[in-house]
Amino acid sequence: MVAQMADTLLKIRELKIDGRSDETWTPIVKGIDLDLCKGEVLGLIGESGAGKSTVGLAAMGFARDGCRISGGSVEFDGVDLVKASASIKRSFLGRRIAYVAQSAAASFNPAHRLINQHTEAPVHHGVMSRSESEADGIELYRKLRLPHPEEIGFRYPHQVSGGQLQRAMTAMAMSCRPDLIIFDEPTTALDVTTQIEVLASIRKIVEEFNTAAIYITHDLAVVAQMADRIKVLLRGEEVEEADTREMLSNPKEDYTKSLWAVRSFERAPKPAIQTSAVPIVAIKNVTAAYGKEAVLHDISFDMHAGRTVAVVGESGSGKSTVARCITGLLPPIQGQVEFDGVALPRDYRKRDKSQLRQIQMIYQMADTALNPRKTIGELIGRPVQFYLGLSGGDRRRRVEKLLEEIELDPAQYYNRLPSELSGGQKQRIGIARALAAEPKFIICDEVTSALDQLVAEGILKLLARLQDELNLTYMFITHDLATVRSIADDVVVMKEGRVVEKGYKEEMFRPPHHPYTDLLLSSVPEMDPDWLTNLLSDRGVDNIGGAAVDKMENESSD
Amino acid sequence: MTAIVKIIAQRLALGFLTMFVVSVVIFVAVNLLPGDFAEAILGQGATPEAVEAIRRDLGLDQHPVKRYLSWLAGAVQGDLGNSFAQANFAAFVGADAGSGLASVATQIAPRFENTMFLAGVTALIAVPISLVLGILAALYRNSAFDRATNIFTLSSISSPEFFLAYILILFLAVMNPILPSLSNIYEGMGLGERLTKTLLPALTLTLVVMAHMMRMTRAAIINLLASPYIEMARLKGISPLLIIMRHALPNALAPIINVIALNLAYLITGVVVVEVVFVYPGIGQLFVDSVKIRDIPVVQACCLIFAGAYILLNLTADILSILSNPRLRQPK
Repeated sequence: MVAQMADTLLKIRELKIDGRSDETWTPIVKGIDLDLCKGEVLGLIGESGAGKSTVGLAAMGFARDGCRISGGSVEFDGVDLVKASASIKRSFLGRRIAYVAQSAAASFNPAHRLINQHTEAPVHHGVMSRSESEADGIELYRKLRLPHPEEIGFRYPHQVSGGQLQRAMTAMAMSCRPDLIIFDEPTTALDVTTQIEVLASIRKIVEEFNTAAIYITHDLAVVAQMADRIKVLLRGEEVEEADTREMLSNPKEDYTKSLWAVRSFERAPKPAIQTSAVPIVAIKNVTAAYGKEAVLHDISFDMHAGRTVAVVGESGSGKSTVARCITGLLPPIQGQVEFDGVALPRDYRKRDKSQLRQIQMIYQMADTALNPRKTIGELIGRPVQFYLGLSGGDRRRRVEKLLEEIELDPAQYYNRLPSELSGGQKQRIGIARALAAEPKFIICDEVTSALDQLVAEGILKLLARLQDELNLTYMFITHDLATVRSIADDVVVMKEGRVVEKGYKEEMFRPPHHPYTDLLLSSVPEMDPDWLTNLLSDRGVDNIGGAAVDKMENESSD
Repeated sequence: MTAIVKIIAQRLALGFLTMFVVSVVIFVAVNLLPGDFAEAILGQGATPEAVEAIRRDLGLDQHPVKRYLSWLAGAVQGDLGNSFAQANFAAFVGADAGSGLASVATQIAPRFENTMFLAGVTALIAVPISLVLGILAALYRNSAFDRATNIFTLSSISSPEFFLAYILILFLAVMNPILPSLSNIYEGMGLGERLTKTLLPALTLTLVVMAHMMRMTRAAIINLLASPYIEMARLKGISPLLIIMRHALPNALAPIINVIALNLAYLITGVVVVEVVFVYPGIGQLFVDSVKIRDIPVVQACCLIFAGAYILLNLTADILSILSNPRLRQPK
């Protein structure tokens, strides 16, 4: 018992947190217990709204504005941070407990150089002198494999890329050699090849300094690589907790099982395309630019009726620009887009209504793509009226029919505003709005990336059903290869404005691959807790993620 | 660094262009004023012949475009022309009209200097106080201190300037005779005496301009307190005051600088009421007097100076805002 006490670093009991909404306090965390030993990594997983981040911050005795810790205790090394005074709490924060936020770009102060932000906590807490901490920072940057560790700290945040900033923030959290670090979704905003580098760095440094950590994420495969134990949260309550391997192989609760099962959704393969078939949309030698900077270089690929073409690539690869060229929002400089064998005018303003109607789009952020002041009926009714010329009762019936198609009850939702809907429901409205034009071809731009896995699965199933019923063609833009695996028929891999590889999905996921496709595929975390370890030992730290991309570029330019 | 030089050069060029446009507007507006100098000065004895003679002497009978061009040519060379009133006075005592003694520049220069002195003293008092109050109000937001500061500054900005002036005179000159109630400063006065005489109008103006600057400082800082990097600083265990000084203020500078610049411009151009109350010989009084007697060259020169002050201060604010932002200072 005594030995166990000595090992326990963090002990949370009956933690309750309230959030303020509409002038009343509602509970958002409803009594969580949590124990963490020195050097141990605990994974906290759950959907958005599960209270993961809130619990993570409460482990530092901190509640965001609009939240309050209403009960329970957070004992860190024998001190209850809930009851401790602000100055005692401050003496712990940064020095013994540190935080790594989701968006490094937003969490670094834009007005100061990285190294000055790095040395701030050690100097403030009297752990190190400025020059010592500076030297230590450079050493940490080197350990985290940041390029040019000597000088990268002297840059401003806007001069450093997202993945590098995330590693610099991990270094900053390490600056006082804390006993505990809270990682709050540190890789969620990153591309897969960047994510894997950051994951490897975090794991290495946490092991090296024997730091305890709480790793918050919604991505099961990520947490499988990082955590010794996993705790699953749902709406502010604990579902279950177990060792990582135990949890992965043998989840007990239904909710956990359903989380695990999401990735198993897969559609039956469609027959191969007939060689004589005219593609519904053909992109022919398209080159496009923003201003003078070319972002697409001679892109060509076809999309055939009734199929889903996944366009895959990392941020900046030009996936969304292709969509803008097809819709005519960005007229290409060269090449053309053909619809059913007929070339479309490059500029959408020169297309007629029937051409516009055939190509519709669903956006990533349903929040911003829906006018918040229009009711659902108006939002969907507008394209019905514009494209089909229906009005009055006809229009209303058509909208109600569409709402039924997307599995929302018309009587209940017709007069609601977007703000009254959940994220998944908003995305369904986005789908209905696209369907309202009765198109043949729909571009889905990262439609599931902002959604929780269970909700995303619902959307994917809906899209699949609609495709079968209405013989739609989808161009599915995504960076998530798991989604590709579950719904795509054909895959186009893009990198820096060029098509790297294209073909049937079955072929794409089977070797041999193009080296870049191979890198993308190998960077997607798998549920196997040994995946990262094996990958690192197979390939070596220089052959994963961004480092490998750089290598590839150097080789191709040589 | 070259990028900044380029931006500054662009802004300067724009400033000159604005100045030119403003000069046209001033000239047109002043010439649209009803009545003219000759009629105003002759009063009841304004026979058509006398009016005609004066107009001819002063060149008022020429085409406006020609007059504008010659005025502009002079102004560019620093010659703002001759004051009608002074010329008239000189003619009256027998000297040549336009002998150089009565140029607008010599007439405005000492007044402008006084105005700049008053504005400078006010700025030295008002800007630091507003910044400190704004920072403290942001630090202790929604506390009694915050509310008291807000009520005080808002009521002082809402009161008419002359009312504030009389209140200050009542408390600081009449009930407790600490400061002189008249600011009759003159050339060759010692700095110390000049300061004491300027202090009451400066304090009045401080009360007038403080609210804007203080509230903008407070708002700009509070606006940033929800940003992730402030949360990060809090989670590093940094104290609230340091967070505001080190993490919020550097990012809040641009709006604060702009409001300060606007208020400084106001101090140069809009203080005629305070000048009148304290009999302070500034440029505002001269301006109003000149309008009254239709002394067009002086009015135009004053307008030009006011416009220049606005443009220059806003330009400075722009440049300082750019310099305070590392994204613009050090592009990728």
